[in-house]
Amino acid sequence: MEVTALTIEAARNAVQERKTTAIAMAEAHYSRIQKEDGQIGAFLTLSRERALQQAERMDRIVADGKPLPPLGGVPVGIKDVLSTRGVRTTAGSKILDKYVPPYDCTAVAKLETAGAVILGKMNCDEFAMGSSNENSGFHPVRNPRDLSRVPGGSSGGSAAAVAAGMAVATLGSDTGGSIRQPASFCGVVGLMPTYGRVSRYGLIAFASSLDHIGPLTRTVKDAAIVLGAIAGRDPMDSTSAEVPVPDYVSQLDKPVSGLKLGVAKEYFGDGLDDEVRQAVERAIDTLKSLGCEVVPVSLPHTSYAIPAYYLIATAEASSNLARYDGVRYSLRARGVKTLSEMYRRSRDEGFGTEVKRRIMLGTYALSAGYYDAYYLKAQKVRTLLTRDFDEAFQKVDAIVTPTCPTAAFRLGEKSNDPLSMYLADIYTVTADLAGIPGISIPCGQTREKLPIGLQILGKHFDEATILRIAHAYEQATGRSQLAEV
Amino acid sequence: MKVTDKDVSYVAELANLELSEEERKGMLRDLNSILEYIDRLNELDTSHVPPMAQVSDRYGVDQSKQGSDRFAYASREDVLEGLRKSLPHDEALANAPDADEDFFRVPKVIER
Repeated sequence: MEVTALTIEAARNAVQERKTTAIAMAEAHYSRIQKEDGQIGAFLTLSRERALQQAERMDRIVADGKPLPPLGGVPVGIKDVLSTRGVRTTAGSKILDKYVPPYDCTAVAKLETAGAVILGKMNCDEFAMGSSNENSGFHPVRNPRDLSRVPGGSSGGSAAAVAAGMAVATLGSDTGGSIRQPASFCGVVGLMPTYGRVSRYGLIAFASSLDHIGPLTRTVKDAAIVLGAIAGRDPMDSTSAEVPVPDYVSQLDKPVSGLKLGVAKEYFGDGLDDEVRQAVERAIDTLKSLGCEVVPVSLPHTSYAIPAYYLIATAEASSNLARYDGVRYSLRARGVKTLSEMYRRSRDEGFGTEVKRRIMLGTYALSAGYYDAYYLKAQKVRTLLTRDFDEAFQKVDAIVTPTCPTAAFRLGEKSNDPLSMYLADIYTVTADLAGIPGISIPCGQTREKLPIGLQILGKHFDEATILRIAHAYEQATGRSQLAEV
Repeated sequence: MKVTDKDVSYVAELANLELSEEERKGMLRDLNSILEYIDRLNELDTSHVPPMAQVSDRYGVDQSKQGSDRFAYASREDVLEGLRKSLPHDEALANAPDADEDFFRVPKVIER
């Protein structure tokens, strides 16, 4: 069967209406993966046994004449920073090359309970640290729209698989833009929920106060379906919020006329590519024609977001990654004589350059004599950035921006200059720092046929409004926005 | 230059990283260029701004209460196996590079 453009609903209904079986659906995807993934590199591990067992369970539900759950029989991929019981989970790092978790991440367990069939684990930048997927400890991922280009990162495999028809939907994680930026580069939908909306239990930690789990999908409705399945308070994560989860799908078709959309000049300044600017301005015009009111807002501390982010994220990472010490579950260097030699050599062999660089920066920022000047300063600037959004959201219902300053760049183009790679996260890190939700949806292409992303940011716990705006835009423009692979 | 070669060695030691000569040089260059960029934070006067460690102390908590009482929803009784059973020994040790039946094994820690 043709699987490359399936939505969640279409896939589920095809199984429910016995046009196919969940097993055949999974097998069709595995064939597609076998054919395409050699050149793309989106998967690190296939979980065939687990997938087929789940598919069989879904087929039995249909055979018994019962209704499938919302994702019944739908083939999905899981970013390899999310723990999967019995299925190798590497976080894209050699240091976890052989790690097989003894438990499931809550979001994965919930997705499976909702009927999803987990095909395998998606490639990513090592410990989710990167914006191009070139920092994977195994192999880079190539952008299915143009194989000479990066798919973005760090959820590069998750975005590429959805774009290339190798999974109907995937889960990714976003700490500084890692769901929205690859979604933008690959021409798919990527949703970062509010901090606390989705449990982080079982997510391999990068920066705990910034890490979010969310979906990458082909349509906004699919993102709403996945969010509904994975959201909610989880006693295993004390930062998951006690906030009721609305029925996102039923709110998608509510009209958007009268909604106030903020546009901040700080997101349209130097460094924004002209073609991206034009596409985003056209998208804003489309939203206006649907009855949205455009209101200028100011987010004056935006240019301080990158320096604040790279201090806070690396400081938290340096602490979180201390656990990879060669004792409990990570690689241990051979032939070591003392405990401290074991720590140092194991970490030296297991971690890649970017991870070491961030551990070094974070350790430096936290070290005696520098804590106040760097880490504490960054936390204060985080307050200022969050207040910017608080004030803007007094006036508007959502804020529209470009997701990234440019379309996908070429492999190798930025890999020797870490600072230039960091600067490209300018439009995405702000939402992570403030903990607000954001979605990236396709809004056209460059002349070179590279996808462009529109970002919509919302109030805390108000994913429903940004999904609704994104859905209205998608309905108005059609899925022709999605380039055919 | 903010960071010296000596700083790199010191921080690497704190972080339990063993860097090669070449890695050390690259690290010196990259850390300096990143920290130089980060210096722009000093343009902002933050003397009266409280630090923000996380988002969850602003949302989803009981704002009518004070201090850690606001997070009452996130606490539970301190009981053995409160949320899930502890892992059986064999499962907990399954990913260890070196273990016997009961313990993780590491190189000798104390020389006698």
